[in-house]
Amino acid sequence: MQQKKRIPLKLKEFLIEKGLFFCSLLSVFTTFGIVLVLSFETFEFFKEVPILKFLTDTQWTPLFVNKHFGILPLLCGTFLTSLIAIGVAAPIGLVSAVYLSEYASLKTRNIVKPLMEILAAVPTVVYGYFALLFVTPLLKKIIPNLSGFNSLSSGIVMGIMIIPLVSSLSEDAMRAVPMGLREGAYAVGSNRLQVALRIVLPAASSGITAAFILAVSRAIGETMIVAIAAGQQPRFTLNPFVPIETITAYIVQVSLGDTPYGTLEYRTIFACGMALFILTFILNIFSFKLKKRFQEVYE
Amino acid sequence: MNRRVINRRLDRCFKTLGAISTIFGLLVLLILIVDVLIDGIPRLKWDFFMSFPSRKPEAAGILSAWVGTLWVMAVTALIALPLGIGAGIYLEEYAKKNRLTNFIEINIANLAGVPSVIYGLLGLGLFVRFFKLERSIIAGGFTLALLTLPVIILSTREALRAIPFSIREASYALGATKWQTVRYQILPCALGNILTGIILALSRAIGETAPLITIGALTYIAFLPRSLLDPFTVLPIQIFNWISRPQKGFFANAAAGIIVLLFLTLVMNTIAIVLRQRYQKKVRW
Repeated sequence: MQQKKRIPLKLKEFLIEKGLFFCSLLSVFTTFGIVLVLSFETFEFFKEVPILKFLTDTQWTPLFVNKHFGILPLLCGTFLTSLIAIGVAAPIGLVSAVYLSEYASLKTRNIVKPLMEILAAVPTVVYGYFALLFVTPLLKKIIPNLSGFNSLSSGIVMGIMIIPLVSSLSEDAMRAVPMGLREGAYAVGSNRLQVALRIVLPAASSGITAAFILAVSRAIGETMIVAIAAGQQPRFTLNPFVPIETITAYIVQVSLGDTPYGTLEYRTIFACGMALFILTFILNIFSFKLKKRFQEVYE
Repeated sequence: MNRRVINRRLDRCFKTLGAISTIFGLLVLLILIVDVLIDGIPRLKWDFFMSFPSRKPEAAGILSAWVGTLWVMAVTALIALPLGIGAGIYLEEYAKKNRLTNFIEINIANLAGVPSVIYGLLGLGLFVRFFKLERSIIAGGFTLALLTLPVIILSTREALRAIPFSIREASYALGATKWQTVRYQILPCALGNILTGIILALSRAIGETAPLITIGALTYIAFLPRSLLDPFTVLPIQIFNWISRPQKGFFANAAAGIIVLLFLTLVMNTIAIVLRQRYQKKVRW
């Protein structure tokens, strides 16, 4: 009796394969979903706001009576915080990558690397708390005219958050450099530091650049730290001591309010999301291509 | 001093600098944890876990927040796990090397780099508005599932790739079909590593704040959800809400909430790391 109820083996195999195929197609649907949702609302937005104004106006006040829709202040805030973040993460991450790849023993690496992963796993809202209530008061002692909300402390904390990313990706790139190159340099009398700085770093440069670009992309998309500690005042400035607003923080700000569905204010967050998506997409692709290049050279 | 001595000193200096840079982040993490513990420990009492949010900081708690986190994570895991592992199996075991596969792969790599707040906008446009699920647990769970999918797919693939080809060949030689090979040989072998990836992905999802705020999860919920279609809040959103209040009293609540959240993520990460290391030691092909 049971034999009859069984699905034929071939059919079962076929169905399973198709089912698994559908699972992997879902990721394509997700991308289409993102692009569709963003473009639809952005298109509606640009019906009311000319695209040129959006890109050149230096004021962003969609929630005020006197409305201006210039994304430049938000872009400026985003770049400022990302710049500070990468300014912190790049040197520290790179030096630590050289250390882990060229100096540290296997034992040290096996202990340190998982610990660094934990640093990257801390929820960003926690980092936001830290930036607002620990780093800002600390910085205020050194810089008295620092505002309670500022891009400096959020940028620094964001930088600390992306150190593991920079460090582990750069280390991967350095370890992909063939041993022969190092041995050649040692044979002509170089020491460890010379090998690291003059042989390994240049040889791994495209992989390291890829790591930096990915880190910038991560910083641009980071939301909670800036939403908590950088303030919510769109400002066209590069002064790191005053409150600013990033693209991501604006999206959070609007989402927290009661902006009715279908209004122009509601659509601004999708236009901002589109700008953010394009920006990070370009950086990610660029980083991906660079990484592929260094893999092709040495594998 | 000759150049050799200088060079040797420089080398030593750099080694110290490298060690400092490497532990710098960890030191900051330590300071962060101590800071949060000092601020939050006094609030960590039984009442804190069993009270709803309130206008008075001393009376406020995280009951609706942790219950909401449980619900949303359950939905996320139920959807993301089968789909993510399924997609990983397909791409690693079944997919032929053709254009479509290549496109799917690049696509997944890209999705892993999309900022989480964009997934929030997707959830808002798709689940909340288009499918009219409103600001419900299910909309939040779906959104986080899409967010964690690429991570789960990538780690599943990595786990499967580590299984040597001879295992598959041996299974085929005994007359097993493709699915039987995957089901009875490959998956059990890769389980440890797949599990590690899953735990890491879910521990990220627990701390996600921005996408859930974007889909409109509420910050003040004074009741427990009864169904998947009820509005909700989660632990990180509750913490965010307390941080953004002007009254100082709420900061202690935020710190206490952070202790709970950090404890959860750190425990999950430690389990994942221990699991991975034990698994890697035990199995040598």
